[in-house]
Amino acid sequence: MATTTTTVPSAGPVAGSRSFLSRLRDGDEIARLVTFLFAASVVLLTLLLVFELWQGSALPRHKFGFNFFRTSVWDPIFDQFGALPFIYGTLVTATVSLLLAVPLGIGAAIFLAELAPARISDTLEFFIDLLAAVPSVIYGLLGVFIVVPLMRDYVQPALKNTLGFLPLFTGPTYGLGFLTAGVVLAIMVIPYIISVSREVLLSVPRDQREAALALGATRWESTWKVVVPFARGGILGSIFLALARALGETMAVTMVIGNTPIISSSLFAPGYSIAAVIANEFTEATGALYTEALIELGLVLFILTFILNGLARLLIVATSQRGGGTGHA
Amino acid sequence: MSPRLRWRKFVSGFMLTMTGVCALVAVSVLFFILGYLVYHGGTSMSWSFFTKLPVPVGETGGGMANAIVGSAKLLFLASLIGVPIGFFGAIYLAEFSGGTTAFVVRYAADLLNGVPSIVIGIFAYSLVVLPFKQFSTLAGGCALGVMMIPITLRSTEEFLRAVPNALREAAMALGASKWKMIATVIVPAAYRGILTAILLAFARVAGETAPLLFTAFGNEFWSPGWNQPTASLPAMIYKYAIAPYDDWHRQAWAAGLVLLGLILIINIVARAVLSRGIAVPRS
Repeated sequence: MATTTTTVPSAGPVAGSRSFLSRLRDGDEIARLVTFLFAASVVLLTLLLVFELWQGSALPRHKFGFNFFRTSVWDPIFDQFGALPFIYGTLVTATVSLLLAVPLGIGAAIFLAELAPARISDTLEFFIDLLAAVPSVIYGLLGVFIVVPLMRDYVQPALKNTLGFLPLFTGPTYGLGFLTAGVVLAIMVIPYIISVSREVLLSVPRDQREAALALGATRWESTWKVVVPFARGGILGSIFLALARALGETMAVTMVIGNTPIISSSLFAPGYSIAAVIANEFTEATGALYTEALIELGLVLFILTFILNGLARLLIVATSQRGGGTGHA
Repeated sequence: MSPRLRWRKFVSGFMLTMTGVCALVAVSVLFFILGYLVYHGGTSMSWSFFTKLPVPVGETGGGMANAIVGSAKLLFLASLIGVPIGFFGAIYLAEFSGGTTAFVVRYAADLLNGVPSIVIGIFAYSLVVLPFKQFSTLAGGCALGVMMIPITLRSTEEFLRAVPNALREAAMALGASKWKMIATVIVPAAYRGILTAILLAFARVAGETAPLLFTAFGNEFWSPGWNQPTASLPAMIYKYAIAPYDDWHRQAWAAGLVLLGLILIINIVARAVLSRGIAVPRS
């Protein structure tokens, strides 16, 4: 505990030590210094992380420049590295996951914040929190053994039969691919959307609801036309947060996306994502350029999540401050 | 009742029911995961899972004793790094600083918290693996430790801030120096919250796989030291799940059940610690 702060420096100045000690204010300055060092190390680590990513990706940045993001040939043998298939795969899976998770997550958050009695709402929120704690490799495990066969044998053939005229739902149904990865990601990010959206909805002042109801709105109209628009920013924040998670998610995606660096318009096709290629190829990358190309992918991922997380935080804080009151029904 | 009103009431009832269905679906996923893991993992679980080493493909039996010990070692190292930095850093943020420094530290912590775990893996790789030219338990522990820091730091700070100012003033008025006030009044008053913060951070990194892939790497046998690659439960689940052998799949289910059980229990304990006889109002 804080006992480290009791030590008086042995190499203290002898002459005038009294004033020095009094300046230490019974050890307060030492305590401040020690805790400051720990706090500063957080900043230092973060800077070091950015530095390592930047420094570690110097070779491909100079060799390929922006072509790194524009070309789609990933050929370690001939030292050709184009990241487009990975960026495409990351964006497609994240989009699919949000399309599924956002309506479901917001719906559930509305139920928890507006409809459910506080007791039930808190209990359900407890389960949602537990769901958020399930590690991604477990989602991957269930993805491989449940979602993949389910998609291959039932969902994808059904989609093909009904919506097969769209280029999105064509081609052979492997089970592994963009769509499956998107579904698994959706399951993973739903708890985040629910938790944050629920908090934001609860912070909407009670007057807003009462005013709408007093004007003759039905319960749903007051929720959908008054409360939700009021909390719009925070809900958007929760979506950005989920997007950042979906983009950076590694294990579950690696296990179900198929790991094939091709760009395909069909959601049934196997693909690849940025995080998955790093996970699969980093240990076996031979040669500096190969390793550094993977580190540059890491840098891309870092920048993407950095921007999204920043935006999300701004939106959530702004909305919560605007509300302020707890509006539990 | 006019048809219009009837319609509006119907829409209201219907949509509100749908939100209930959404909540039900979301929560039932948890029970589905739990049930499936207990069903599959439970039938594959045996005593030798905890006591034996993995066996080569084709042989039946074997366990993941080395992965369990490996995970324990990794988490021990992670706590050595994550808990002190998070705890003392939070004390600095909550008690000593204000203004720019605190803002920078908080910003850095939030940034670190949002970094995808695979990128943390790259970081630990270039920081620890490259200089030692060796995958090691140490590198894996560092990666997990870095992930623990922002979670511990930010929630500990929240709980310290939730301690009423009157307590601080009372301690100061009795002539306690600031560090004495922190050590004997503030931290004891917030200790449940701090314990919760640490437990949640611990549970969070316990299941992390991505940062271990190229730091702790993996090992078929006992890891002889801290500077050698080691097996870990999450990495074993990954390796065994994507392999094409039924026997390995059963092991993966058992390992998944052990890991998830551990994490959920820590989570529940952490929340129970917080809610029982709470000394501090939650912020």
